[in-house]
Amino acid sequence: MYISSSPHIRKDWNVKKIMYGVVIALMPAFIGSIYFFGWRAAYLTFLSVVTAVLTEYLFQKITKRKITAFDGSAIITGILLAFNIPVKSPWWLPVVGSFFAILVAKQFFGGLGYNIFNPALAGRAFVMASWPQIMTGRWSAPLHGSISGIDGITSATPLNLLKLHATDPAVLSRINSPEMLKNLFIGNVGGCIGETSALLLLIGAIFLFVMRYADWRISVGYIGTVFVVAWIFYLTGLTPAGPLFHILSGGVFLGGLFMATDMVTSPVTPAGRWIFGIAGGLICMLIRVWGGYPEGVSYSILFMNMFVPLLDRVRPKYLGEVKK
Amino acid sequence: MKLLKFKGGVHPHDHKELSKSSQIMPVPAPEFVYVPLSQHTGAPSKPIVEKKAQVKKGTRLSEPVGFVSVPVHSPVSGTVMGIVPYYHPLGKKMDAIKIKVEGDEIEDGIGEERDYSNMKKEEMIEAIKMAGIVGLGGAAFPTHVKLSPPPDKPIDTVIINGAECEPYLTSDYRLMLERPDDIIKGTEIIRRILNPKRVVIGIEDNKPDAIQILREKVDGTGIEVVSLPARYPQGSEKQLIYAITGRKVPAGGLPFDVGCYVQNVGTAIAIYEALRFGKPLYERVVTITGGVNKPGNFLVPIGTPASHVIEQAGGVKGEVGKIIFGGPMMGLAQITDAVPVIKGTSGILIQLKNEVHIEDVYPCIRCSSCVDVCPMGLMPNMMEMLINAGKYEMAEKMGLMFCIECGCCSYVCPSKRPLVHTFKMGKREVLKRRKK
Ligand code: SF4
Ligand code: SF4
Repeated sequence: MYISSSPHIRKDWNVKKIMYGVVIALMPAFIGSIYFFGWRAAYLTFLSVVTAVLTEYLFQKITKRKITAFDGSAIITGILLAFNIPVKSPWWLPVVGSFFAILVAKQFFGGLGYNIFNPALAGRAFVMASWPQIMTGRWSAPLHGSISGIDGITSATPLNLLKLHATDPAVLSRINSPEMLKNLFIGNVGGCIGETSALLLLIGAIFLFVMRYADWRISVGYIGTVFVVAWIFYLTGLTPAGPLFHILSGGVFLGGLFMATDMVTSPVTPAGRWIFGIAGGLICMLIRVWGGYPEGVSYSILFMNMFVPLLDRVRPKYLGEVKK
Repeated sequence: MKLLKFKGGVHPHDHKELSKSSQIMPVPAPEFVYVPLSQHTGAPSKPIVEKKAQVKKGTRLSEPVGFVSVPVHSPVSGTVMGIVPYYHPLGKKMDAIKIKVEGDEIEDGIGEERDYSNMKKEEMIEAIKMAGIVGLGGAAFPTHVKLSPPPDKPIDTVIINGAECEPYLTSDYRLMLERPDDIIKGTEIIRRILNPKRVVIGIEDNKPDAIQILREKVDGTGIEVVSLPARYPQGSEKQLIYAITGRKVPAGGLPFDVGCYVQNVGTAIAIYEALRFGKPLYERVVTITGGVNKPGNFLVPIGTPASHVIEQAGGVKGEVGKIIFGGPMMGLAQITDAVPVIKGTSGILIQLKNEVHIEDVYPCIRCSSCVDVCPMGLMPNMMEMLINAGKYEMAEKMGLMFCIECGCCSYVCPSKRPLVHTFKMGKREVLKRRKK
């Protein structure tokens, strides 16, 4: 007979189900990446995932910890890291990035549940700092489109257009065009492996929200804020691109739907999550408009990761709490 | 009046279908009964019978010690074998009166109808106390204490609790179907004692037939029957008060702080029986369910070992995994089937070996599910971390002592962390330190 504390029934889910649920939610975008960028996208993602799982396994083996490398969380890190690099990257780039993500950003902090920074984003920041020319200079066009999303302009991704060619009248006249927005939405533009298709990311994310594997508040807060701030900036002339361009370009959907919502590295209270999402979106826009980089998604989320312990103090009032 | 939604809560599968259609069946007395001297919250009662004493059904066996205490009565006729330490549902051995069952005699006067319409308030309360009545919903708090609120805290709302939100349990449901008149008569007595403005019977909407019957019966009495959305823990005192009145019991306070009185439907019947028939509380309805061959609802003499009752329900269907006194969310797993049914035992749930949840415990992944479901608005993940780090004062600041141990947090935790278990231990530790 068993003796254990109540409750004696448990909800039918667990950590593995959540993690593999997230993996499934990333599949539409993964398949899309193969369609847009060819088999190399799958190859790099595969390398990244294998490195992540293997690194976790070996670390746990060597330090004689419980082996949890197959709980799905390392797979997510592997996929997300690959999604954040260009398809023209050399094969060793995702390997190094994943290795860093798992070893330094996750295991050195104590493993699943204890890491402060989103491992994939930390890995990306590491390769970005080490090999910036690979991370920002090598774009390839999607199968049936152009890098920029506009016919005839082949040199830059949509965000680079904004940063580097924003005064060019040919760019200005078309940056908010339906053609551009459609390509951004579908994913028919240049960019990192998994970030280009807002549509496919959204399909996966809706699954996450329905299953409660991610909290919509963070995503709505993040993407909504990018939208609103972009609109204000657009109206005041601070950016030539409209709000739709801003939310659909770069990594806003990938970051706002899949990386800001990482449970371990986001706040646990509803109020904390709103603040987390909104502040993240705001920082992203500040970087895009005034920062040195064309893109601000990953840094904005990493930055907010640091404030999570603080945001967790925004605790809800308990029932009948007496105000002091 | 508009119903409010309490925050949080969960929707476990209720499995009430197992036992909900079986009528309440009396259980024949076993060979021996073990009546614990402490079956209520408060001081244990003091025995007044000696070894070899002859007792009948309803004979008083003990007397209360202090105000927050009630006596126990013999559920059978027979011979007292002595006062022995015996298994108790709370998990440790406690003094119990062991009685060998012989014959079927009942104490003089019990069962005769009497007129209580002229009884004074104090007399009624005293009668309820001496009938050994406690809250039958599970907490087993002496009823007469609740019926005597301090004079500066008048009760304006009486809530009769028929929510029965614990999965599997159907004893209150059956009482509402089979004895609605007695519930209302008991409620009327409570009304006479407390003189409230409003009397409400609250029932979860997954029991539409019970709602309908009581609605018909209350016609003309001024008592309201309210259908509550089914969500665990809707039947928990504070959540129920909030849903029905919109009042929040101050943290650490009691229902009378907001002018409310909450009592379970079964207790209302016990009150009526005590005044009308002079019948003390020596038997109660218990749902026997889960992995037994014939799940059902039984009228069980207090002190009957679980094994005997389980036999009445057709025996266990396979290998026993867990014997749970109470429901699956808050019930206590027992070490043996010798443990006796007591006043607070609303159900016995048998989980078979293959139904017992044993799952890997993961580190907290900060999914926030526990925060979302906590009906008290606490942060279980943080409190667990603090308790495990020995930071009891900080856990207390986060509201640890207001945790109602409802189990919602552990229920949803994907990492399968034993949150409630940690809180129970943490609370004990805090109380220990306060005493120093
Ligand atoms: S057991 Fe306590 S902490 Fe957990 S959900 Fe219930 S009240 Fe909240
Ligand atoms: S439900 Fe469990 S895993 Fe989720 S935050 Fe609470 S303790 Fe952590």
